[in-house]
Amino acid sequence: MLKYIGRRVAYTLAILVLISLVVYLIFDVLPMDPARLTCGKTCRPDVVEANRHRLGLDVSVWQQWWRFIVGLFKGRDYAEGVAAFHCPAPSFGYSFNRHECVSKLIGQAFPVTFSLALGAFVMWLALGVSLGVWAARNKGKFVDRASTTFVLVGTSLPTFISGILILLFIVVKFNLVSPIDLGKWHNPFTDPFGWIKTFFFPCLTLALAYAASYTRFTRSNVIETTAEDFIRTAKAKGLSARTIMRKHTLRAALAPIVTIAGLDFAGLLGGAIITEGIFNLPGLGRLSIRAVLQDYDLPVIVATTLLAAAFVVFMNLIVDILYAFIDPRVRVA
Amino acid sequence: MSAFLEVQNLSVSFPTEDGLVKATNDISYSVNLGETLAIVGESGSGKSVTNLAVMGLHNPAKTEISGKAILNLPSGPIDVISAPEEEVRKLRGSAMSMIFQDPMSSLHPYYSVGDQISEAWLLYNKGDKKAARNRSIEMLDLVGIPDPHKRVDEFPHQFSGGMRQRVMIAMALINNPKLLIADEPTTALDVTVQSQILQLIRDMQKEFNMAVILITHDLGVVAQVANRVCVMYAGKIVEESTIDDIFYDSTHPYSIGLLASIPRVDKYHGERLKVISGQPPSLINLPSGCSFQPRCEFAKYVPGNKCGIETPSLSQISTNHKVSCHLDKTQVQQLKKQAM
Repeated sequence: MLKYIGRRVAYTLAILVLISLVVYLIFDVLPMDPARLTCGKTCRPDVVEANRHRLGLDVSVWQQWWRFIVGLFKGRDYAEGVAAFHCPAPSFGYSFNRHECVSKLIGQAFPVTFSLALGAFVMWLALGVSLGVWAARNKGKFVDRASTTFVLVGTSLPTFISGILILLFIVVKFNLVSPIDLGKWHNPFTDPFGWIKTFFFPCLTLALAYAASYTRFTRSNVIETTAEDFIRTAKAKGLSARTIMRKHTLRAALAPIVTIAGLDFAGLLGGAIITEGIFNLPGLGRLSIRAVLQDYDLPVIVATTLLAAAFVVFMNLIVDILYAFIDPRVRVA
Repeated sequence: MSAFLEVQNLSVSFPTEDGLVKATNDISYSVNLGETLAIVGESGSGKSVTNLAVMGLHNPAKTEISGKAILNLPSGPIDVISAPEEEVRKLRGSAMSMIFQDPMSSLHPYYSVGDQISEAWLLYNKGDKKAARNRSIEMLDLVGIPDPHKRVDEFPHQFSGGMRQRVMIAMALINNPKLLIADEPTTALDVTVQSQILQLIRDMQKEFNMAVILITHDLGVVAQVANRVCVMYAGKIVEESTIDDIFYDSTHPYSIGLLASIPRVDKYHGERLKVISGQPPSLINLPSGCSFQPRCEFAKYVPGNKCGIETPSLSQISTNHKVSCHLDKTQVQQLKKQAM
C-alpha cells in the first residue's frame, strides 16, 4: 500500500510539472505581449524593453519556466536597486498589475473559494444523497416523481440563472443579507455568523446544481444495488430491511459517489467563476478571470491554473487511496 | 410423521404490463427431515420462484402469492405465506436457509467472509463479535475450507467459485436450520467442484438432519443426491416420484423427453442428441388443457384431443409416484418403447 501511494505521489508531481510547462508554452505562443501592455500607445521601445526585463519576459520560455520552478522552492527577487523586493517561497511570481506577490493574492482568495466549495459540498451531499436514497426506497411513488422533477429542474437551471434568482428573490427581497455585506470575508473562527451570512446563499446556489445530479446518481445506484444477488443473500439470512439498507445496500451503492464527489469538490476548489461573480465573492475564480480577461497577468494565470490542476490531481490520489479502504477488491499488494 | 415443509396449492404470479405471469400454478409438495427433494425443470418452469416464495424473498409489491407453505417447527406449525413478514424474517436463516446459483455475486464484495458469516450468527445468538468469529471459523472448517483461521478475514474475491459456495453453505447453516433450499447450487461451478459441493451438502444434511430442497435442471445432480423428485413444467408439477422411479420408470412424456435428452457417452455414437421439440409456453397465455400438449410426442395417441381441452390432474399411479397425464402408465410404457 505504501509503495502504491509513493508511486502515485511521484506520478502526481510529474503531471503537475508537465502542466506548468504546458501553461507557459501556451502563453508563449499567444499573440499578446504583456510588456507592451505595461505602458500606453506612445511608449518608447526602450521602455518596453526595460519593462520586459523587469517582468522577466526577456529570456526564453524555458528559462522563464525554470525560474518559476526555482521560485516555488526558494522565493524570487524582482527588480534592482531601491525598487528591489522579494517574494518568499513558495513564490508563484509577482503580479505587476496588482503589485503583489501572487502567493499573497492566492492566500486572500483561497479561503473564500474553500469556504464556498466546502459549504456547497456538504449541502449537496446531504441533500443529493438523502433525497436519492429516499426516492429509491419509494420508487414509482410520489416522493420519487417529485425527486425526478427536482433533478430535471436542478440540472437544467444553470447557476447564473438560479444564482440570480436566489439573489433577487430571496436575498434582496427579504433583505436577508444587505447587498453591501455580500461578498465580505468574515473569519469563520472569530465571526461564524457573519461567515454563514456571506456564504450560505452562494453555497446553496452551487449545491442545487450538484445536488440534482447526485440525487439521480444515488437513486439509480441504490435501485441497482437492491437488485444484486448479495442483497437477496442478506435478506435470506434474516436481516431486517433496515439493516440491509444501512449495512449492505448503502455501503455498495454509495462507494462510487466517493469518487465523483471528490473530483467535483476538487474542481470547485479551483474557483467557481460564475457563482463568485454573482455573489461578488473575491475567490480564486474571480482572481483568475480578471487575470485572463482584464490584466493579462501571466503570473496569476499560471498560478491559478496550476493550483486548480493540483487540486484535481491530488484529490484524485486521495480518492483512489480512500477507495482502497472502501472496496477491498481495489486493494493492491 | 408429518413432513417438515408442506407446500399446499401454492401459486405465485407476477402482474406485468403484458398480463399476469403465472410462474407457478397450484402446486403442492412436501419434504421430510433428513430427506432431499429435487425439483427439476427447465428455465422458467417455476422451480426457483416457488422456493423463493417459501423463503419470503419475493417483493410483496410485485408478486401475488396464494396457497400455503407450512413449516412444522417444534414450536408448532406456521404458514410462512400468510404469517406476518416480521415473523417469517425471524425464520429466515434460523429455521430455513437458502443458497443460490451464483456464489460469485451472492456474497457482499466489501465485507470479509468472516464478517458476513458472523452477521448471520449474531442475529440469532447471544454473544460478542469474538464468539461469532470463532463460530465462523468452526463453520468454515466444517465446510472444508483449509486454513480457516486465516481465510476468515479474507474477502469473497479472494475465494474461488467452489470455495465461495462453501462459504455460502457455512453462512446458511451456522444457525442449524432444519430446511435448506439449494437453488442450482452447482450450476456456476465446474464439474469436479460440483460433485464436491453436492457431497458437502449431503454431509451437512446428515450432520444437521435437515430437509433439503435441491433445485436443478441437471438430472445428473438429481441422481447423485436426491431421494425424491418433482418434475416441473410451465409452473406445474407434472411428475413426482422416488429417485429410482424417475430414472427407470418415468411416466410423464416430459420427464421421458428430459431423460432422453441427456448426452450419453455410452450411446448414440454419431447421432444427434434427442431434444424436446418446440419452446416452453408463455406463462401469460398458457395453452389450454395440458401445458405440455403442444410439444408432446404422445398427445396424438390420446383420443379426441383430450390433451388440448382438459388439464390432467396429478394422480397417484403407485405408492410415491404421481403423474399428471391423460395416458396411463402401460400406454406410456408402450409408446416409450416404440419411440426408442
